[in-house]
Amino acid sequence: MFHMEETVISFKNFGFQYYSQAEPTLHDINLDIHKGEKILIAGPSGSGKSTLGNCLNGLIPCAYRGTITGSLTVDGIDTRNASLFDLSQKIGTVLQDSDGQFIGLSVAEDIAFALENDCVPQDEMKVKVQKIANIVDIEHRLENNPHDLSGGQKQRVSLAGVMVDDVDILLFDEPLANLDPRTGEVAIELIDEICSSGKTVIIIEHRIEDVLHCPIDRMILMSDGRIIADDTPDRVLARNILTTYGIREPLYLTACRYAGIDVTEAMKPASLKTLDIALCREPLHKWFVEHVQPEKQQVQEPLLEIEDICFSYDGKKQVLNHVSAVVHKGEMVSIVGKNGAGKSTLAHIVTGFLKPDSGSIRLNGEDLSKYTISERAAYVGIVLQNPNQMISKTMIFDEIALGLRIRGVAEEEIDRRVTDVMKICGLSEFKNWPISALSYGQKKRVTIASILILNPDVLILDEPTAGQDFRHYSEIMEFLRRLNNDGQTILLITHDMHLMLEYTDRAIVLSDSVKLADQKDYEVLCDAELCKNANLKETSLFQLAQKAEISDPLGFVRCFIRYDKEHRNHEN
Amino acid sequence: MKTKLFSYNQLDTFIHRLSGLTKLICFILLTSSVMLTYDIRIILFIMVLSGVMMKISKIRFSQIRLMLVYVLIFLITNFFLTYLFAPMYGVQIYGTRHDLFTIFGKYVVTQEQLFYELTKFSKYLSVIPLGMIFVFTTNPSEFASSLNRIGVSYRVGTALSLTLRYFPDVSQDYHTISLAQQARGLEMSAKAKLLDRIKNVAAILVPLIFTTMDRIELISNAMDLRGFGKGKKRTWYAMRPMKKVDYLSMAACLVVLLVTLYVRFYVNHSFYFNPFI
Repeated sequence: MFHMEETVISFKNFGFQYYSQAEPTLHDINLDIHKGEKILIAGPSGSGKSTLGNCLNGLIPCAYRGTITGSLTVDGIDTRNASLFDLSQKIGTVLQDSDGQFIGLSVAEDIAFALENDCVPQDEMKVKVQKIANIVDIEHRLENNPHDLSGGQKQRVSLAGVMVDDVDILLFDEPLANLDPRTGEVAIELIDEICSSGKTVIIIEHRIEDVLHCPIDRMILMSDGRIIADDTPDRVLARNILTTYGIREPLYLTACRYAGIDVTEAMKPASLKTLDIALCREPLHKWFVEHVQPEKQQVQEPLLEIEDICFSYDGKKQVLNHVSAVVHKGEMVSIVGKNGAGKSTLAHIVTGFLKPDSGSIRLNGEDLSKYTISERAAYVGIVLQNPNQMISKTMIFDEIALGLRIRGVAEEEIDRRVTDVMKICGLSEFKNWPISALSYGQKKRVTIASILILNPDVLILDEPTAGQDFRHYSEIMEFLRRLNNDGQTILLITHDMHLMLEYTDRAIVLSDSVKLADQKDYEVLCDAELCKNANLKETSLFQLAQKAEISDPLGFVRCFIRYDKEHRNHEN
Repeated sequence: MKTKLFSYNQLDTFIHRLSGLTKLICFILLTSSVMLTYDIRIILFIMVLSGVMMKISKIRFSQIRLMLVYVLIFLITNFFLTYLFAPMYGVQIYGTRHDLFTIFGKYVVTQEQLFYELTKFSKYLSVIPLGMIFVFTTNPSEFASSLNRIGVSYRVGTALSLTLRYFPDVSQDYHTISLAQQARGLEMSAKAKLLDRIKNVAAILVPLIFTTMDRIELISNAMDLRGFGKGKKRTWYAMRPMKKVDYLSMAACLVVLLVTLYVRFYVNHSFYFNPFI
């Protein structure tokens, strides 16, 4: 479906170098985007895809300075001569973190922000806001504070806020980050609707399978500041290059490749709905029969017992309602569920940050309520989602040593223990480095190290891989897996269904303050009803197995995960 | 919950319906009245007035409890310290001396001293509710539009309203970071020595500053992308036109101030109201 008409965006031999960087971030970009097209720009972190987005919306060179080579025209204007405001009339940008970008106190006011800056009179503004709110279906929430809305509603408000400017091009910078799986799906459907009304849509995202939930016209793959591929999704996927460039391909395709199927453009691999199953059925059956193994049962010893916890912030709305769960020694368990279901609250109760209204937390049979927060750190450690919320020292060594220094441990012992932990966390070479020199993933490891050094029995991580591309994700998760194999019990709070499926043994599913399920994670993701209730998403592996008429689809998913684990360990 | 401290409370009451500018001017007029007098009759009148306004604006006790506790602790300490350092200040002011009883030595409790300290106590207690009413009933964006209308640059107004808006978020961040640092062993309770506690606060401030800077970068990009700062002027969605009640309220507060000044210069002929002669 190529639109050969009007070109709205045109990069010609375009390059960009930030003043603060020694090397250019973008090289030789040649790209034409046509009116009404829906484009996906994918690439690992550091590939330059966000920089490309910032060049389009004018943040480069207006907010982030640097040198531009070649040219970029948007709707006939050369961006070098355009102001941020000229461009904001052409391109509307929905930034990654919808929470952080709300300016207005109410939904209506936030939508009106661009109009206010355009000096639109108040009565005219009210009419326009109403109209846009109707389009994105948020008209019943106009008086609410945007922060009180659900994740999906927030997306609608952000979208309305840029659409109100009557822009023809919409740019979405990682729209799926921070959304639970079901909300992400709804967001993609919403974007699709907007696109079919004639807007040009550009989506920057590395979660390809989720974006391909709705069809897109063209997929642009970036790596190291260059365009590697620019073609239809079917053709890009058939080239089998995603994994090479550190991006995850759709899981059902990985399964097909494991089964020895040669994925071609003709099979229409871009979506499971279009995938030509006739060619896959036989190899998938054969692979399953060859690799299936009976499930092993392990005897488990309880470590952390969460018993009948009730909690409410204001005494009215229950955030946790009689929640009980057990974590066994050496397990890696995930806590999943929709935004606001009480996952983080539960973690904060386990660490003692919050006191439950009733119920108890026991570790090795010992009630933890008698300990202060800092005393509990020897039993339960928590790593917050944002490493910037934890780091308070300039040197890596000091940051990791902080917990021990406060406890008055002798400097010699500190030196020994920090060196050990750094080795475990792969930070040895950075021993004398400042933290500012590290990447996000490395900072994350520093925060994990700074908690691990206190030897907690249970390590809790809140969204450990949020906003990470596949390569960094794998790096962090393989590191956690190694810790787990060495006996560390780990509890993960996550939205990432892949993470849960691939890395954890079991999932505790929370929804609207109650525990909905507590079972093997592949069982959770194969249960359509449960997924619906907890805003999760059925795994495409299960759907593939069903489509291929495999008699035991659950067994197929289990078999795939085991095989994938061994296969990847083999690669490492 | 901690995060609800200092945040605008969206309700529809008489006070909420007044424009932000009206509330600011009334606040300034009434506070000036209190500052310009030591006449307990006027002070008590304003105290009752602010109590009534608090009732009208439906501010719940639970919202202000924490703040009230701090204020009372401060005032009571102040009450005793004033006596400790200047037990005869009341006598000095009012020029008479009516002894009640003697504690020891020069520490005699006089009617004048009690009256002076009571007046001072009520002064604070009548101003503080006014401030609370202002914060709890003024929509920050609407307030920004009011400031803009009286000539303050809209950038300043917006910055101010964003500060008010983000206060709850930043205090939530502070809370989370503080807990995370305590989990690493930082002692923030009274158990630690004062010097250690000051050092420990630094361990919370550094991450807080970095997270806040992240927030600021994001919000300022979001604002730029939606055309903030484009022109010399802008309009406001939340703006309320000034109505008759706004002018009436300001006039009423102006009358209070004028009466205060009149009483000071023509009735009491002094800063103080003297019931002892």
